[in-house]
Amino acid sequence: MDKNNAIEVNNITKDFKVYYDKGSELKEKMLFWKRNRYEKRHVLRGISFNVKKGEAIGLVGKNGCGKSTTLKMLTKIIYPDSGSIEMSGRVSSLLELGAGFHPDMSGRENIYTNASIFGLTKKEIDARLDDIIAFSELEDFIDNPVRTYSSGMYMRLAFAVAINVDADILLIDEILAVGDANYQAKCFNKLREIKAEGTTIVIVSHSLGQIEQICDRSIWIKDGVIESEGNPKDVHLKYLDYMNQERMEQAEKEQIRQAKIEREMMEKKKEEEKIKRERAKVNSRYGSEDAKFTEIHMLNAAGEESRIFKTGEKIILDLNYHVENKVTDAVFGFGIFRNDALWVYGTNTRIDRLENFNLEKDGNYKVELEDINLIPGNYWVDITIEYGEGIPVDYYKQAMKFEVVSNITDVGVARMPHKWVLNKD
Amino acid sequence: MQHFKELYEYREMIISLVRKDLRGRYKGSVLGFLWTFINPLLQLIVYTIVFSIIMNTSYEQYYLFLFVALVPWMFFSSSVTDGAASILKEKDMVKKIYFPREVLPISTVTSGFVNMILTFIVVFAVVIISGRGLNPLALLCLPIVMIVEYILCLGIALIVSSLTVYLRDLQYILGIFVMALQYLTPVMYGVDMVEKSSAGKWLIMMFNLNPMTPIIKIYRQIIYYGEVPELGSLLIAVGVGVVFIVVGEILFKKLQKGFAEEF
Repeated sequence: MDKNNAIEVNNITKDFKVYYDKGSELKEKMLFWKRNRYEKRHVLRGISFNVKKGEAIGLVGKNGCGKSTTLKMLTKIIYPDSGSIEMSGRVSSLLELGAGFHPDMSGRENIYTNASIFGLTKKEIDARLDDIIAFSELEDFIDNPVRTYSSGMYMRLAFAVAINVDADILLIDEILAVGDANYQAKCFNKLREIKAEGTTIVIVSHSLGQIEQICDRSIWIKDGVIESEGNPKDVHLKYLDYMNQERMEQAEKEQIRQAKIEREMMEKKKEEEKIKRERAKVNSRYGSEDAKFTEIHMLNAAGEESRIFKTGEKIILDLNYHVENKVTDAVFGFGIFRNDALWVYGTNTRIDRLENFNLEKDGNYKVELEDINLIPGNYWVDITIEYGEGIPVDYYKQAMKFEVVSNITDVGVARMPHKWVLNKD
Repeated sequence: MQHFKELYEYREMIISLVRKDLRGRYKGSVLGFLWTFINPLLQLIVYTIVFSIIMNTSYEQYYLFLFVALVPWMFFSSSVTDGAASILKEKDMVKKIYFPREVLPISTVTSGFVNMILTFIVVFAVVIISGRGLNPLALLCLPIVMIVEYILCLGIALIVSSLTVYLRDLQYILGIFVMALQYLTPVMYGVDMVEKSSAGKWLIMMFNLNPMTPIIKIYRQIIYYGEVPELGSLLIAVGVGVVFIVVGEILFKKLQKGFAEEF
């Protein structure tokens, strides 16, 4: 093992057996030994990384990617099927805060029990007792039984013990959800302090911001292998990109499903609607019907049908219409609404000073929206054909719905192009 | 070696688990910790009534004959049955946090050991009151045999605790097994009685193969007969204890890797 490394992980793999019908009783094992069928799930497929002494790394990845399994193996709760893990120094893990707390014992007694689980001797605990109590901010309650504590107090005490172990390596799994905002900030500062003292830290978290604040390096685990590692900001960008991609795929699948349902519904409705239309105008679509939208498409920059766009992408509305009776002095228009009915933008050919034109036969037109600068969310589009005086010919409400995604987490309605000018001293 | 150093570092955890167990044993009762002494005393009275009055046995002061063997036997029996459940009982901790897993069987056996030592205070009190003298030279050997028994119990606890994780039935099988084993150990009668009886050769052989036989014999020799045990029988006991603890530790170390996944 390299002297400068605190942790060396060499090509570890891990399979979990998922039993269909598990029995650990003798009878079951003997009678149904054939029935003990299981499915092997490859959780880790060969992961290697080193962590230098004093370095802080973050493990990121989506649920079930194997990052928590890796952490559990570093903690030595479970062991890899192949490969090796070497660690040097005392390890403290903040995986399960307060495991082993006894509700009937006082806070002080529990400090001793809990700290002993981390391998501290009585003398060592005595020396840390004041620090632990002070950090937990439980001075007035420390001799009360732990069962009388609120859950926040309980977590504070547990965190205070774990953080004061003076470990060489600290393993953390989604912890900074302890107590109120002030206490969280305190924990965070303490973590930084510990890091500055030279403790090696490994964090598993879904809060990428926390990792970026503490860690020198991020490792992104995907499907049991390391997909990318390096500077947290760079890795997280790639990771978020991938997650967006995934969401888009998910949404697309959902859309295909929706479209199928819609199509079926449409066919059913068509018949009804024909009759209905005669009697009453559909609420979401009204007008004189001298001209009508027929096929409408929403396309991306590549000209493919899409309903998901990244902030800044191009959207093309490709609209066909059918003319029943000649429409003179026609105006085309569209409006974009957020799904809570907030009107984001609207314009028409008159506002944009396009020449008046008449509709005589079926035709097609496109609206090209360069740089959709919308904040991630769900939106819809209204499209209209009107007479010059503003009387609707075909007002089609919520003609198309679409979603905007982005890996930038700014807020509001639309992204304002901006630049920061910082005057550094 | 590193492993044993680590185990030593976790001594505070062992101590605190033993303390928790001893304190928790009679928790909530009026007499509390006093039961540690009252319990064996009451047992002694029952045995005296049954064996000295109802079933007249040939051993003089039979209640003493029985008592000096029964106390170490109960330590052995609890080590096996409680030891088997020791890891299963703390599965939440095993699943969630790291510590050398040996800590659990060690603290269970140690807690039984401390309990036995406390009971021996009652044993000595009864022996002295009964007028039967104690041989101070023989008594010097008592700590040795106690430690040997502790090592044997620990070895067995390591084996059964790790196996029970994979085969839960074992803890119930062991309950019956230990009860049966008591009759293959010179607790209620000496080996001489078995040899005199119509028991076959194989039964006597099983008596002699039983690892607890030499240990119980030595206890009785020291306290009941007031004799210094021969070096030979002591060495056999030590040897058996060492074999068990070495096998136990090797097996435990192999099996402990899968503990967290079995719950």
